[in-house]
Amino acid sequence: MQISVQDHALYAYTGGKDFNPAQPTAVFIHGVLNDHSVWILQTRYLAHHGWNVLAIDLPGHGKSAGQPPQSVEEAADTVVALLDTLQIEKAALIGHSFGSLIALEATARDAAVHPGRVSHLVMVGTAYPMRVSPALLDLSVSAPFKAIDMVNTFSHSTLAPPPSALGPGTWLVGASKALMRRVLASNTQVNVFHTGFLACDSYSGGEAAMPQVTCPTLFVLGSADQMTPPKAAQSLINLCAKPQVVKLPAGHSLMTEAPEGVLQALKDFLKP
Amino acid sequence: MAGYSDPGFDTLALHAGAAPDPSTGARAVPIHLTTSFVFESTDQAAALFNLERPGHVYSRISNPTNAVLEQRVAALEGGISAITTASGQAALHLTIATLMGAGSHIVASTALYGGSHNLLHYTLSRFGIHTTFVPPGDLDAWKAAVQPNTKLFFGETVGNPGLDVLDIPDISAIAHEAGVPLLVDSTLTSPWLIKPFEHGADLVYHSATKFLSGHGTVVGGVVVDGGCFDWDKSGKFAELSQAYEGFHNMVFSEESTVGAFLLRARREGLRDFGACMSPHTAWLILQGIETLPLRMARHMENTAKVVEFLAAHPLVSRVGHPMLESHPSHALAQKLLPRGAGSVFSFDIKGSRAQGQKFIETLQVFSHLANVGDCRSLVIHPASTTHFRMSDEALVASGIGPGTIRLSIGLEDPADLIDDLKKALKAAEKAGA
Repeated sequence: MQISVQDHALYAYTGGKDFNPAQPTAVFIHGVLNDHSVWILQTRYLAHHGWNVLAIDLPGHGKSAGQPPQSVEEAADTVVALLDTLQIEKAALIGHSFGSLIALEATARDAAVHPGRVSHLVMVGTAYPMRVSPALLDLSVSAPFKAIDMVNTFSHSTLAPPPSALGPGTWLVGASKALMRRVLASNTQVNVFHTGFLACDSYSGGEAAMPQVTCPTLFVLGSADQMTPPKAAQSLINLCAKPQVVKLPAGHSLMTEAPEGVLQALKDFLKP
Repeated sequence: MAGYSDPGFDTLALHAGAAPDPSTGARAVPIHLTTSFVFESTDQAAALFNLERPGHVYSRISNPTNAVLEQRVAALEGGISAITTASGQAALHLTIATLMGAGSHIVASTALYGGSHNLLHYTLSRFGIHTTFVPPGDLDAWKAAVQPNTKLFFGETVGNPGLDVLDIPDISAIAHEAGVPLLVDSTLTSPWLIKPFEHGADLVYHSATKFLSGHGTVVGGVVVDGGCFDWDKSGKFAELSQAYEGFHNMVFSEESTVGAFLLRARREGLRDFGACMSPHTAWLILQGIETLPLRMARHMENTAKVVEFLAAHPLVSRVGHPMLESHPSHALAQKLLPRGAGSVFSFDIKGSRAQGQKFIETLQVFSHLANVGDCRSLVIHPASTTHFRMSDEALVASGIGPGTIRLSIGLEDPADLIDDLKKALKAAEKAGA
């Protein structure tokens, strides 16, 4: 569905179901150079099991209009504005990588204005700080396709992934590269690869944000993650009031390399 | 997968899609000869049927052994995913039937395998899908053939029978300007010789019966999606970008930004047309792919030696292989197929149909049969077999002479192949005396 947020059309995949104000809502926020489709194997299930699902394309990405966020804080404001626009009373915020920082910051910001509105925070494949090497930052501009190859090599942990979103037979490395090339091409004005990396690299609000989070928080980490290794999430876990940690045998692309593990973790965590 | 580089082709040919079986430790890929898979619960069953969770339901739709083959071919081609089918023809039909219905139009190369030509020209026209055939090298003809209802461009990497090399970069650019994808039949080249996605193709299929299997044992096909074609942006594919009542009102291009085609092909085409591959067949093709790099290298070495021998033989008037400078596709082949343009080619004997027949009958090492891409060397005389009912004039119009011989060069000792050809040419020469 398309929703007008901050004067721009924001796309959100709803899992094949219409929005029902009587149900709780789960907002899914993707990482750098991804879109809503990375969450398909979690969102479609939840949408058919009592949740409103809003898996967004960040502004300026994929099917969403507007300027791509320059910072985690700017993206967090968009997420809060989305909750306001749809007058959502209870929401779980679920983010992956860059999206996990956005979810964290949005939860903290929303708590100041709407205490308790965000009922659950889920940070998948996260790290703080989320530094991006200067070489990769440069490469995302000078040779983005090469950078896409590099990122995907580091984001996957197996040559034999389980059945995935496109069905059994999906070659996850190829599918992820194709998605990243598509999202890069979706914005002809701004290099959303570089912008996303800069936003990750420059985010310094984690220490301030996490103590503001009072809701239960789930960390879903990949034991073979080379982009955001589990130990890189420890500083946030230490600051978290109600942390739960699930480690899955997967790389950074947890939602596709361990789709059932991520779904089970979400189901257990989001139980009323 | 540590480091900056993706695994190389030879590693992927052995490992992509396969890990030791977690329940038994079996290192080789198990053959899952089962029709169906037990559900954990009613909730899981419903979720599998509704694409909420990944997994296998019924082997017409998917199977763990086939999934390994699908991942492996997708990896070797540089694609996103693949679907295995009962044959190469089934892969072609599945692709077309997923993308269009009655009232649609295809632009295809004239240089096609006879079975593909039959499907497009005769069979699909009965179902309201019409094709305009254009010479593969005539770029203006590709452009001029586009109609408002055109949904697909289609050609072979090296076309039948003359080995016209498809100019994938230029033809895909014309296709994309027209808002349609380019489908390429890469059977005769395999991903070891060319990866069509790297040159602009959008969909690739193989008759896996040939080089992927490599041993002449099974019939099978596979279609791969490169994930680059934007079905929404094109605006021509309501099948993929609008709700489909036949599958939970799913909008395939919303479910998967890059994989809408394969999502519908599996959930509709495999489900309804049912041209699936047996897991046993998938396993045999996997066995073949494990040695694809080694076999293709040897195929090309042997082909070079045989072509060189034939080109110098006085009874041979023409050798139709792009490795020769005289071939019209020589320059394009050097650009797109630097490792070679395949091991299937034709040549002409100076003489009559009878001399052609004598040549065939004298061969000992080459097997006389209607297939290509076997590890064994194969031969056929089109004028007395596949094109038997055609007059000499009609044969010439099809690019086939009374003395045209098609060879598929195998993996035998090249000296034995050349010796066999030498003896047969001598017998053919005597038959004309």
